[in-house]
Parts: sequence; structure tokens; C-alpha cells
Amino acid sequence: MSTFRAKTVAERSEILANTLVNGEYRHMVVRCTSLSAGAKPGQFFQLLCPPPPGGAPFLRRPMSLYGADPATNTVEFLYKIAGAGTRGLTTLGVGDTVEILGPLGRGFTLAPNLRHIVAVGRGAGLATLGPLAQAAQAAGIGVSAVLSARRPDLMVSDELFRSRGATVLTVTDFEGTSGPAHVERLLRNLITENRCDAFYTCGSSRLLRVQQRLAHEFGLPGQVAMEQQMACGLGMCFCCVRDFNVGDEIAHKRVCWDGPVFDMMEALP
Amino acid sequence: MTDMTVRIGGLTLANPVMPASGTFAEGLGDAVDLNRLGALVTKTITRELRDGNPLPRVAEVVGGMLNAIGIPSKGVPYFLQHTLPLYRSWTPPLVVSISAPTAEGFAALAAEVSMPGVAAIEANISCPNIEEDGKAFAMRAGSAAAVVRQLRAATTLPLWVKLTPNTGDVPEVAQACEAAGADAVVVANTLLAMSIDLKTFRPRLGNVMGGLSGPALKPIVLRQVYQCARVVSIPVIGCGGIATAADAAEYMLAGATAVQVGTATFVQPGAMNSVITGLDRFCDARDIKRVSELTGALKREEADEVDLAWLAAPTA
Repeated sequence: MSTFRAKTVAERSEILANTLVNGEYRHMVVRCTSLSAGAKPGQFFQLLCPPPPGGAPFLRRPMSLYGADPATNTVEFLYKIAGAGTRGLTTLGVGDTVEILGPLGRGFTLAPNLRHIVAVGRGAGLATLGPLAQAAQAAGIGVSAVLSARRPDLMVSDELFRSRGATVLTVTDFEGTSGPAHVERLLRNLITENRCDAFYTCGSSRLLRVQQRLAHEFGLPGQVAMEQQMACGLGMCFCCVRDFNVGDEIAHKRVCWDGPVFDMMEALP
Repeated sequence: MTDMTVRIGGLTLANPVMPASGTFAEGLGDAVDLNRLGALVTKTITRELRDGNPLPRVAEVVGGMLNAIGIPSKGVPYFLQHTLPLYRSWTPPLVVSISAPTAEGFAALAAEVSMPGVAAIEANISCPNIEEDGKAFAMRAGSAAAVVRQLRAATTLPLWVKLTPNTGDVPEVAQACEAAGADAVVVANTLLAMSIDLKTFRPRLGNVMGGLSGPALKPIVLRQVYQCARVVSIPVIGCGGIATAADAAEYMLAGATAVQVGTATFVQPGAMNSVITGLDRFCDARDIKRVSELTGALKREEADEVDLAWLAAPTA
């Protein structure tokens, strides 16, 4: 008899919701097994997207976790139409199914000594950071979120962070508040107020560099969720490698298997 | 229950299905039970430390994908200390894929990895991505034979040689490998290809060219397996676009003793297990007692009745 126990599963999941939340992002909720619903913040799934008119995606598409609830056996994704895969996802309605593979990768960790963390995200990173809000709240850790978008109407995850007791600071290109200099001032204020024991970030190379500099200056730890084009999602193909500072040298790591969450100081923006 | 065992040059496999080198690593064990597989085949290792090719390394095309990963390798000590022990957690025979820039290098590496826990060596003399313009030892019978002779002298382990589909001489190369002492040939590696992004006018792979794999490749390599199996007496292991049991059955009928599944695993991690289950059912449904009976069972004589096969799509 086999004693095999899967840590990740490919399953056909029923769509419970797939709605537009603003001019760019859609929110998809699917019913899944408890294994998938046990996904941790920072982990991701590989979706077998249905073919949209005019092009069939061959490979799965990686998508970071936006929410997972073991009580209802659901997982949630927040996505923007970027190509054939995500265009295909928009064709799915309630009651349709989509095949998801997950949970995949190494997610965020919250060290027990943390009292207050800062989450800094932009673009798809806003979705990736979302599940941290609940995990931090459950661990009794305060959260300040600096969320960046092109325009106020394209902001996502801000309501999620607020609902979990986080302090939310939004910055946008439209308002001229999203530049690194302004975000650095916001972060310095949070550090001065003793509200930054660690950085958690995703979605912006510019903001990653700001945090790396501040982390170095103040001796703060940090974690970053990285994105990369993927094929297998299980560390087999080595197509999603990125450069990282490891010890004294630059080394490749696989975003899907060694990450997608990495030590922020190792990351090369 | 079909007898699923197959013999490949002194090695008996519990079933004829295994991963294609390069598309498999221990991570798959998170999703599927690797103990069900006929064998495990490592990614290609080299003695040289290799970073691999520039990104992007993968591009989707119609019916498959292109890759130019470039065989990243952390060298032999890392393999022996880290990779090899990992695979001891699983029971299927371990096949170690190796590559080197010279015949002497192939031989030295084969000797180094000929150790307990390694069931066979697969010599990757056919990667299209590590030499300029896809030149590889397997492109010609002479260069292939030269490598295999040195490999044969360097190891007593079963020696599988992975051939390239990028030559018109595949059957000749297979014969040369057999004559030089190969225990099996794997037919084949990826087909050298390319794709261009019309938005940027740039190649869609960092390496410009790369290997085509997936369903688009299947009919071509199926033909090459057929050609090779007719001219060699050592086993041919089919590898090219296999995603389903029907694909695997076609390969075996064409002459393959076993099959390797690669790109399909990227889309469905359970693809190999589905192929195993499906082959069993395929044989059961036809009262075929042993899966090995499929090998080379292609019927070439004229049918007595009117052939209506073209009316229906092929099915399992």
C-alpha cells in the first residue's frame, strides 16, 4: 500500500464568483478541497485557463493567492487581464469549473517576535499581500499597508486590509504620491513610530529598492514575493529563475520552488 | 490487470512510463506518487558549473512550447551530496542523465556517477540548446559512435543514449550507437525551433532558438521511433509529445519498448500516472496480457475490409 500524501493537488474547482471589482481587476472565488483551502499567504496556484476566442494557452498560468478559507473550502484570486490565460478566465461564470493546481511555493512567514509589520505593494502585488492582513491579525501583529496604484479607482486590497484592522496608506501616480521619495518618507515615519519590525513587499522594483535601503539602515528584516514567467510551478523546468545575492555571489533561484517569497535582502530588483 | 513490466537492456521496469529528462525533479513528488512510475530520470548534470541560458527560457507555441533552459548544473559534488540522496526516498530505478562537451568528458562523468543507487545512465548527446546552432554529438553517426564507445568503456551500468530529432540520419545514428555498445536509445530530444514576438521584433527566447516539445512534436518523433525500431535490436524508448495513454500506445505500436513523458507533466502533474492507468486499460480492453506485446505490433499488411478509419478521429 502506498503511503503517499499529496502536498499539492490538481483539482477541478467550481466558480462561486468571478466579478469585476474595478476597471482592471477581477475577483474570483472557487470551491476546492481542504488541501487547497489550506494555502498560506504568499503561496500561489497554477490555473489551467480555458481558451478565450482566438488563442489557446498551452501552459498553466501562475496566480498568487488572494484568500483561502478552510472553513468554507474556498480560495480566492484577484487578477487583471494580461494575456490569453487571464482573458480566458473572464469567460468563466458561476457554476463553471476551472482546474487549479496548488498550493505551490514557499509563502510569507511571520516570526513570533514581530509586533508591527509594514506591507508595501503595487500592481499584482496588492493581491499577493492581501492574505497577510488576516494572518497578521490572527497572530496579534499590527499591520501598516502602503498600497500603490496608477489611479485611486484602480486600488485593490485596501478594503481587505482595513477590514483586518490594518492602517492603510494609499499612494497613486494620479495624485503624484507614488514616487519612491514620497513612499520613503511614509516608511521612515512608520519606522520612527516603532510600527515597522519587518517589511513585506510585492509588485514594485522601485519600492523594493527603497525598502532594502531602509532595512539596511535600520537593521530590519524583510520578505519579498517575486514574480516571473513560469511553466511547471514545481521546480522542474528552471524557466522561472531570477538572480539573488547569496553569500558573496549572485546565484539563480527558482521563483516557483525556492520562492516566490524570498529574503528581501537577497533579492535583486 | 495487465502485466505492465518491460525490460530495457538488463533492467526490468514495473511499467513502461517514466519522465523525460529535464522535465522532472523531486518537486513533482509533492503532487503525485512517484513510486508508481517505471523509472525516475534526473535533469541532465554536467561536471561544469552552468548557469543556463538568458531569459525568457520558455515560449508557448501552438500545440506545445519552446524551451532554451541551457542545462543549469551545479556540478557533480552537489549532485552526489544533495540530488542523489533525495531520490533514495523513492523506489523506481534512477536513471541519471549526463552531458559533457567532449567524448572524454562524457566518459569521465559516466564513471563518476556509476555508483550504488544509479540504475542506468542516459547520455544526453542531443541537447539543441548548449552548442551553437543546435550542433550535438547525435547529429551524425560518427560523432555519436565515438562518444558511446568511450561511455561504454567507462561504465558497466546500462547505457541509454538520447538521440536528436534534428538530423535526417536518426536511424543511422541509432545503429551506430547500438554498434558502439548502447543498451537502449531514447528517441528523441526536442526539435530545434524558434518564435518571434511581433510587438517587439525580438525572438521569444533569450537564446533565440530553442527546442520544440509537446503535442506538436509527436507525429514527427513517432515516425523516427518507427524508423529506429526497424533497424536496431536494442530497445527504443519513445519521447516526444506524449500526453495520454493513446499517445503512449501509438509509440509502443511504432516500436517503443517504453516511453518518456515530459512537457505534458508541466500541464498536468499527474500525466504519467494517467498514462500508466490508461495503458493498463487499453490492454485490458483488447485482451492483451502484457503491455510489452504492444511494442512493434503495428500492422502493415493490407486490410481485407474497406478502411473506414478516416471517418472517425483516432481514439484510445
